[in-house]
Formats: sequence, C-alpha cells, structure tokens
Amino acid sequence: MDAALLIDFGSTYTKLTAVDLENEEILATAKDLTTVQTDIMIGFKNAFEKLKEKINLNKVNFVEKLACSSAAGGLKMVAIGLVPELTAEAAKRAALGAGARILGVYSFELTKFEIEEIIDKKPDIILLAGGTDGGNKDCIIHNAKLIAKYIIKNVPIVVAGNKNAQDEISDIFNKYNIYYKITENVMPKLNQINVEPARKVIREIFMEKIVEAKGMKRAEKFINGILMPTPAAVLKAAKILADGTDKEEGIGELIVVDIGGATTDVHSIASGEPSKAGVTLKGLPEPYAKRTVEGDLGMRVSAVSLLETAGIKRISKFIPNSKYDIEERCKFLQSNISFVPKNEEDLEFDESLGMVATEIAMERHVGTIECLYTPLGTIYSQVGKDLLNVKYLIGTGGVIVHSKNPKKILSTGKFDPAAPNYLKPVNPEILVDKEYILSAMGLLAEKYPDKALRIIKKYIVKV
Amino acid sequence: MQKTVVLGVIGADCHAVGNKILERALSEAGFNVVNIGVMCSQEEFINAAIETNADAILVSSLYGHGEIDCRGLREKCDEAGLKNILLYIGGNLVVGKQDWSDVEKRFKGMGFNRVYPPGTSPEIGIRDLKRDLGIED
Repeated sequence: MDAALLIDFGSTYTKLTAVDLENEEILATAKDLTTVQTDIMIGFKNAFEKLKEKINLNKVNFVEKLACSSAAGGLKMVAIGLVPELTAEAAKRAALGAGARILGVYSFELTKFEIEEIIDKKPDIILLAGGTDGGNKDCIIHNAKLIAKYIIKNVPIVVAGNKNAQDEISDIFNKYNIYYKITENVMPKLNQINVEPARKVIREIFMEKIVEAKGMKRAEKFINGILMPTPAAVLKAAKILADGTDKEEGIGELIVVDIGGATTDVHSIASGEPSKAGVTLKGLPEPYAKRTVEGDLGMRVSAVSLLETAGIKRISKFIPNSKYDIEERCKFLQSNISFVPKNEEDLEFDESLGMVATEIAMERHVGTIECLYTPLGTIYSQVGKDLLNVKYLIGTGGVIVHSKNPKKILSTGKFDPAAPNYLKPVNPEILVDKEYILSAMGLLAEKYPDKALRIIKKYIVKV
Repeated sequence: MQKTVVLGVIGADCHAVGNKILERALSEAGFNVVNIGVMCSQEEFINAAIETNADAILVSSLYGHGEIDCRGLREKCDEAGLKNILLYIGGNLVVGKQDWSDVEKRFKGMGFNRVYPPGTSPEIGIRDLKRDLGIED
C-alpha cells in the first residue's frame, strides 16, 4: 500500500506519523527524543524503530517522506521596521506567520548598540522593512547600511520595505557580499498589510539555508525535504481545514490553540470584521490567517513565567483544592521538562496550567472593543479581530491531547461575560486533535491537499 | 514628483462625509492622499506621515473639540522628526459663535500653517497647498 511518512523534528520529540494514502487513514504514530546536538538521524531512527513495531513495513511503501522542524530553537528571527505600530508590526506579523520565533522587533533608525544586541541574539533570518511604497526610504537605507557593515555575513536578510529603496539596498548588500532576498513590501500602502510574499521568501530561505545551518542536512538524504517550520505546518493545516480545497469543502472560520512546553500558539483563520453595527475599526488590519505566540505561557520550560504572568490567584481559581504548592510545582515542572503526569493530581495541575495558558493566550490573540463616551454619544471602537461568531475552537498540544477533559481546558478560550471587551468566540463547538496530527497534515497538504483535508476532518473529534 | 498628504479627522469625531469629499478633491488635484479616516489620534497622524514621507498633514475637526484635540500636535511633530511639515486644519473648530480671527489666531499659535472656517470649499485649501508646496498649476 502507498503511504506517507510525516516527520516533525520537534524541540523535544521527533514525532512520526504514517498515513495510508489509499484509505486515508492514520496507520500509526511514534516518537522519540530529538537528537539535533549529535546527529538528528539517531532520534529519527529510534522513533522509526518504534513505528516499525506498530506497522508491517513489508506491506507499506512510503512514497512520500516529508518533514517540518522546530528543532535547534526553531526558526529564530528579528523584525525591523520604521514606526512600531506600522511597518515594524507588519514585519513582526509576517515573520510569525512564517512560523518564526521572534527574538526582537526594532523600529526607526538602528543604533550600533542595537546592532550588537541583534548579533548577540543570533537570529537565523533578519526581516528588514520600513516605509510604504513611495514613502520614507532614509530609515531602511540607513538600517541596511548598518546591517551590511556590522552583521555577521552568514545571516540571510529578507528585504520587504519601501519599493523605492530596493535598488539602493541591493547595491549596499552586493557590495558587502550579504546573502539577501528582496520581496514585496509588508506594507505597500499605509495600514494595508501584505505579509504573504515575505512569508514565502522566509520559507524559501528556511529550506535553502536554515535546515543546513542547523545540522539537519543529513536528514534530507533520507527524506524528501524539510519543508517548513512546524508552526507554519500547523497554520497550513488550520487554513485548509477552514477554507477547504478546490474539491473539498472546509468547515469555515476557526481557531486553533496549541499549548506546548515552551509556548502557547493561537492561530485564527477568520476575517475578524466587527459583528455588530456601529463599531469603528482601529489600528492595523489583521491577517486573515493570524498566528500569535506567547513565549511566557507553557507547560514546562515556561511554567514559571506562566506563573509570573498569571499570578497564583488566577491559577488556583482553576484548581482550588490541590495538594501542591503552586509556586513549588511550577518550579518543579520547569526543571523537569520531560515530566509526564502519573496520577490524577498531576493531571489536574497540568490541566489548570493549560486553562490559564488558553485564557491568557486567547485574550492576547483576539481583538478588544472599547467604549468611548463622546459629544456624539457612545462610540465603540475595535482593535484587532472580532472572533465572537467563530464556529470552531480546536485544541492541540500534549496537555490537551492527553487530557480526559479537554473541553474544560479549552472552555477558558471562550467569551467571558465578566470580561466582555475581549472578542473571544461566544459559543464555538470545541474540537480536539486527538491523534496529534495537525502539523503532519499541514505537511501532507503541500502535495495532497484533498487527502489531508479529509483525514483532518476524520480525526479531529468533537468532545 | 507627486506630493503626499495625510488626511484625517482628529479626536473622537466620526464625521466621515467631509473626509471623503476632501479625499476625492485632493486626489483629483494630483496629490497622493493617505486618508487615515475618522477618530484619529495625534499619534496616528504622525506615524502615517513618517511612514509615507508626507509633505503635509491635513486635519479636520467638526465636533467642536478641535482645540483640545490639537494641542501639542506641532510639538509632537517636531519631536518625531517631522520638522517644518505643513499643518492645516479646518472645520467647526470651536464651540459656539466665536470671532473667526480670534480662532484663527489661536490655532496659528498652536503651530498650524493654515486654518479654515466652516464652509470653506476644498478648492481654496488645494490652492493654498499648491502654493505652500511650490507646485506650479
């Protein structure tokens, strides 16, 4: 039988998913620790051995072997723009949508001090924006000059700023022998956001350069290619599930909450237009497929920062009678990142952290509405996406997949009448990625979109 | 070289009709109009002018609170590096019947280059703008 092997080189685990392409079924999944420090293939082979125990390889012919990766720190990026609320924000969103981890966002003319800071952060790619087309070009040219002069030469630069500055920037980068790619402006007109071309170029560089730089080139001999960062694969799966393909219907607007050990990601595939009449939209328009990453909200590596962000009260609200001291427990979880809950109490504690992570990550992702009292009467102004009427809220990530009560965790992502200014979904149907396949399906969708979509629909279950 | 102007209605003011008329008139007169719409803060005008490298900021205010909304705009422009950018304002700038020359004086004192009373036709503003930016008709 023809099958696909989908691989996720994660920061902790290398996860394999074997898919029967004819019957559109998941054959088996397996995982083992990622070994990027020594040889990425060791961890892969260990996981593959486990997979072999579950399926008969004599009957399976892997016609596709595709991978995504967030190993070795993921795709680390720095975004640079002109005004913080405008081109710098647009650049940040483009990088996030490409599946990157943002190390820093810089605006206006860079200083030598900031350049040194950027070098210290060791980004994999720098995204350079600034100015609308025909607008300000002094700033981006100044920044290009500084980057060319000081940055270590092997950091690729994506230029996505004022069109009228492109020629001059090319000359500068050519002179200094910088590896760069120029693409369309992330903000061609004021308040008009255009992130797809930059996302595409970031992915190209990821495949051409970053995979090799991270010591993963060896894996490419065995598999067909490491196609994208893992978060980009999840976003792709979410998008295909919402929008459908040429032949297959999607399910409509949705939100995916992905709670990991280090971060909590939220993806929304929705237009986010105001759902009520008489609301004015403020601020930068949001991308239709929007991803946010909360680096301070996680189940293990970021357990202590989650506590610092949320405070004890907000956690104990969800777990009033726990035998654990919340502070001690978070410290324990942070120093034991591969800890797996063993009993009811462990599970409950993890779930309560998941609830807080979902609640806060959703608050930050969704738009807010503000009531202004003016001489003209009450006016409502909305910043960000209105997700009140989104139909589906989908959960993925270890804590949700392994929980007996994922609905409880995800319910904190719903609209809260006590905090009505957050435009969270009011009455979404809650679904769970029970087999943990979303990133794998994002990969499969690159070549077999219809099959990937049908498999997602089959395996994402209502709870 | 086409000149760029930032156009918008300041404060909590949501009068959108005049804004659209001005956008149309200015575009037809050959300007690159960056219209940031209604209910704009001073910061939004300034940020827009920086990114688009604008030559002038044209502020409308129709609800009588223009004086409060505009205070400090010139100083913030200076602070943001928009030295000597042209600032125009027009509309129902103050509450009640006040002597126009007095109102004009106050707004000029706040750093506006040109101040227009209610009912000014767009052509007058455009004529002044061309003159101030050195555009030949």
